[in-house]
Amino acid sequence: MSLSFLLQQPFAQHALLAAALVAVTCGLVGPFVVIRGMAFAVHGIAELAFTGAAAGLLIADNAIAGALVGAVVVAVLIATFGARQGERDSAIGVILAFGMGIGVLLLGYYQGFATAATNILFGNIFGVSGSQLVILLVICLIVVAVMGVYYRPLLFASIDPDAAEARGVPVGRLSLLFMVVLALSVTGAAQVVGTLLVLSLAITPAAAAQRLSASPLIVATLSVVFAVAAADGGLLASFQSNVKASVFITSVSFAIYVAARLAGPLVRDRRRRARPPVSRTNGGACHDQQQTPRSVPIHE
Amino acid sequence: MTSSSTTSSSKGTAIALRGATLRFGAHLIWENLDLDVTPGECLVILGPNGSGKTTLLKVFLGLLPLSAGTITVDGRPPGRGSPTAGYVAQQRIFDPDLPIRGRDLVQLGVDGRRPGLPRTRASQVDPAIEAVGAAGYADAPVGLLSGGQQQRLRIAQALVGMPRLLLCDEPLTSLDPAAQEEIVGVIDRHRREHGTTVVYVTHEITPVADVVDQVLYVAAGRWAAGPADTVLTTQTLSNLYGTHIDVLRVGGHVVIVGEGHGH
Repeated sequence: MSLSFLLQQPFAQHALLAAALVAVTCGLVGPFVVIRGMAFAVHGIAELAFTGAAAGLLIADNAIAGALVGAVVVAVLIATFGARQGERDSAIGVILAFGMGIGVLLLGYYQGFATAATNILFGNIFGVSGSQLVILLVICLIVVAVMGVYYRPLLFASIDPDAAEARGVPVGRLSLLFMVVLALSVTGAAQVVGTLLVLSLAITPAAAAQRLSASPLIVATLSVVFAVAAADGGLLASFQSNVKASVFITSVSFAIYVAARLAGPLVRDRRRRARPPVSRTNGGACHDQQQTPRSVPIHE
Repeated sequence: MTSSSTTSSSKGTAIALRGATLRFGAHLIWENLDLDVTPGECLVILGPNGSGKTTLLKVFLGLLPLSAGTITVDGRPPGRGSPTAGYVAQQRIFDPDLPIRGRDLVQLGVDGRRPGLPRTRASQVDPAIEAVGAAGYADAPVGLLSGGQQQRLRIAQALVGMPRLLLCDEPLTSLDPAAQEEIVGVIDRHRREHGTTVVYVTHEITPVADVVDQVLYVAAGRWAAGPADTVLTTQTLSNLYGTHIDVLRVGGHVVIVGEGHGH
């Protein structure tokens, strides 16, 4: 089968569109996942989306609706109970392991256990139906809208929560809003790459973008571009093969990350080397000798 | 609770506290605190760890309600978070990979609370960046800068909106004495030029000894306020702690011996 023939098939068009929608969504939330140190939370939400999907299959034969409910419930719980990162991570680990166990139990009662489990865990992009596509589109529009409105205060709250709160930014409410948006994005991504591989779209593109720029807008743009390149690029590559599309998507995503890491020192950190006074110390006790302000009172 | 008659005396004051008391559950932080800070004044809040210094700044910002008593900032009870107050939070070192440059950090002080996408405009941030002497590295990722450089950018962020009130929580921690002196100089120059009221929370009076107008010393739920020379004395602090404290002045340094013990 030629590629052009394949591209005319509805299943392939659905798959490419689904991948693009999910990639835009994940590319937008990715930088915040990285800034807020929430990689493990993403993984936890995805795993419990698995549990939700299993429950959804069993109750209503609808995996995505179950996954959505599971992800949002878990995200709200994480936002509510796990404010500090250390505490949050151990809480997520505890819930994640138990939740996965429940998911396996639920799937055990479902006919066609093996196929269903594989599809939820590793994605089933070619099985995306018209109604699922609508769900993905709605998720994407919600995430784009929320990000368009709240990107700046969310950035402030993520980078410097104390200063943001002092300025009147509703840090707590934004946190909760972000967790819900994250849950929607993770559920969408799970349809394409599966719950186990969600990080390849929710983290990797943003992490790669961060290596290349420190401008918030450029990082957001690159993150979306990388996510789309990984999702649709990986999908196109998989058309010629029997291997699951997720394998190609995660591979392209990883390749972009490696390339960005290699290019990073030449691009992002270039300014640092151009200016010798910028020294890096972990304790931050290093005093820069240039750049003295215009007037300094002499003590003693 | 204080009657409304106190509001008349708080007109023309930057910060006024009357009988201010704060408790977390059964734990008393401080009690019956009265304080007047006039516009353009420099207040330094001192005291051992856990004495409620940062908490007091949060009260000034309206982020924490008092358990009893009243507070007015610019003649009004503070709202929740203030767009007109500058706040330099306790220093956290930024992660090296953080996707934000110095000038973006400062820009958040202009419009960080407003909806929309981040956009950094040189015309809005450059004056503040230059005022703190950070022009040379404002385009570098903040996480790659030294602690002193990051601190200057935080101060620029706090000053960029021309706040009437600047609150600095341990702004000098982790800086060496020369950098401390410069930071204090930057803030004080701004105060003198613009009449900004400045509040420092700090462990040590020495770096701010030349700029302080009033000291508030909080310890063990009690407090003393007034000029540094009257508050930082062996007698006042011994009374405050209820145990003997030595205040020594050595070559421009004020050393408080025994604070934090028995606490």
